[in-house]
Amino acid sequence: MPKLINQQAELVADDYLWLEDLAQLPTDEQQGLLVPLALWQQARAELQRFKRLGVKLASDEFAELIAADLGKFSLVAIEFPKFVDGRGYSTARLLRERYNFTGELRAVGDVLLDQLHYLKRCGFSQFALRDDQNLAHASAMLQVFSDSYQSGVDQPQPLFRRRQLA
Amino acid sequence: MYRYDEVDQQIVDARVSEFRLQTERYLAGELPEEEFRPLRLMNGLYVQRYAPMLRVAIPYGQLNSEQLRALAQIADQYDKGYAHFSTRTNLQYNWPNIADVPDILADLAKVQMHAVQTSGNCIRNTTTDQFAGIAKDEVADPRPWCEIIRQWSTFHPEFAYLPRKFKIAVNARASQDNAAIEVHDIGLQLVKNEAGELGFAVYVGGGLGRTPIIGSLIQPFLPWQHLLTYLDAILRVYNLHGRRDNKYKARIKILVKALGPEVFAAKVDAEWQHLKDGPETLTQAEVERVCQHFIDPDYLPAQADAEQQLAQLRSDKPGFDRWLTRNLTEHKQPGYAAVTLSLKKVGIAPGDATSAQMRAAADLADRYSFGLLRVSHFQNLVLTDVRLEDLPALWQEAKEHGFASPTVGTLSDMICCPGGDFCSLANARSIPIAEALQARFDNLDFLYDLGDLELNISGCMNACGHHHVGNIGILGVDKKGQEFYQVSLGGESGSKASPSIGQIIGPSFSEQEIPQVVDTVLSVYVQQRQAEERFIDCFRRIGMAPFKEAVYAKAD
Repeated sequence: MPKLINQQAELVADDYLWLEDLAQLPTDEQQGLLVPLALWQQARAELQRFKRLGVKLASDEFAELIAADLGKFSLVAIEFPKFVDGRGYSTARLLRERYNFTGELRAVGDVLLDQLHYLKRCGFSQFALRDDQNLAHASAMLQVFSDSYQSGVDQPQPLFRRRQLA
Repeated sequence: MYRYDEVDQQIVDARVSEFRLQTERYLAGELPEEEFRPLRLMNGLYVQRYAPMLRVAIPYGQLNSEQLRALAQIADQYDKGYAHFSTRTNLQYNWPNIADVPDILADLAKVQMHAVQTSGNCIRNTTTDQFAGIAKDEVADPRPWCEIIRQWSTFHPEFAYLPRKFKIAVNARASQDNAAIEVHDIGLQLVKNEAGELGFAVYVGGGLGRTPIIGSLIQPFLPWQHLLTYLDAILRVYNLHGRRDNKYKARIKILVKALGPEVFAAKVDAEWQHLKDGPETLTQAEVERVCQHFIDPDYLPAQADAEQQLAQLRSDKPGFDRWLTRNLTEHKQPGYAAVTLSLKKVGIAPGDATSAQMRAAADLADRYSFGLLRVSHFQNLVLTDVRLEDLPALWQEAKEHGFASPTVGTLSDMICCPGGDFCSLANARSIPIAEALQARFDNLDFLYDLGDLELNISGCMNACGHHHVGNIGILGVDKKGQEFYQVSLGGESGSKASPSIGQIIGPSFSEQEIPQVVDTVLSVYVQQRQAEERFIDCFRRIGMAPFKEAVYAKAD
């Protein structure tokens, strides 16, 4: 089981049930559900009854595919099939900055500790880590940089604008 | 030059701490090689044929003497007392220990230097003209724009895991392009519109490597305020849509070619409409802040008789005259000139410098050029602000330190990658080819008679030696485990009017054959040229056929 952490490198509970098949749809509508994009697209009506709904995007499934539905989701998970596949960083920023998604944004798949800082800057709020990944290292990697040059989800004003205010 | 403020320093220092932690984890076995690899690459650290190689960034080729001394000190303390200036105006150490790299980076940070993003699939060091800021025909000084791009690209959170590496170059001259912007992923040409406002013509999708392509103009005039938002838009389109299934088809040029430049431009424009006028829109205040770091030094007025005295000395001393003819570049400021310190001494690998030479160059910079130097993509050093009356003394000292080869811009001033002697990617060695050619064509009269001639050597398809854009290009290839060399003719990168990719002359040659092949090519040129015609112009006029015929003519 992967472990889930937040931006402070604290463990958080994963209370979303991963569902790939409608046949396993739980009866309790309070249950959080995380489904692949394809399942959402084919079973919107059944899934919409659930109060806490998440959708998972593969790395080649882009933000605009769910832009119109974002109000229905409390969680979007973005898959990193390999850590070198950087498409999810753009997808995350688009969800946050263009489509104003305010729910949880979770990085899943091949997520490395050394990427947490950039992931956070792009708007991810949760990170699914492997069991063997060390939380102390995760915390260190999230705290190394106290400032950045560019605009990001965590700090919309680029350094050059803040320098002028200082 | 740009000096860090507290925040710049803090960001670079943080990077050193981060890499120290990562290296410790790697050495303790907690970070697998596969996961450490992109981290070390984005800190300039390669694992090479014999040892690791550390590539230090020299942003847009600009250095001060203090930094050069620190680089010399690192060469002595952690390496074998020398280093290599690369074709991307960076500096490479060939023999550091991995465990020492965090300390090296800490030493670099003390002099406001780093190795950030000098490798990896991210935005690399931005390059420009080595004569930026002193050239007469500049639209504007490109260096502040390079620094603005450096800051924007440094640790850009969205673009650290691109499909492939990404290189940006800036040119500011109308007639000349020493930065070769049209063979970059993004080439930026500073221009002014009819209203006299400053902006950029944006080229995209140029590049060398396996598929050499000249970039396409996708935006003829981008007002300067929009530089960063437009770059963000290009990078985002590339990050999302660039190929990731095949690393040989992953550069942006393949995407631009596949979509067509018009479609690509339309995608960028659609993305840009969302980003335009957003927080990354540059402000006058920021541009002014950065420009303050690049104001002219306190030039002294020109001495009335300086030119006259120089002319007298030139006629008295032929060696001095030769050196001035080849190694001097005109300056916008009367009474000053730029001097190229050649790193192309026969018998030494092009671009290599010993720690003693680095210190000597730093001293020369302090004495003669306001303490500042440049690195050129031709792998030479440049003192940009030398008073004319200091030239005789500088010439003497440059000779003592092996910097005075009077061959800048000639065949002997060749660009050459480290090749198979060092690089694990190489198919063949390139340094021995450079040495053999320099040795064969060491007659100065002959070199001068040939005039401006760019000969470039790469040890493999990755084209670090820019062989595609050499008037004569030599590429190392592997044929059944043997080193062979493919020769191309007709490449050119320096001119604004006609950048071109060389054409391959025919089947490749052995190492031993190369000097004779080059000799034959030169003979054809010498026989066929008209009056003052340069090699490249002659080639364009007469075409490949006469060269090919002569080179492959059998003795029978």
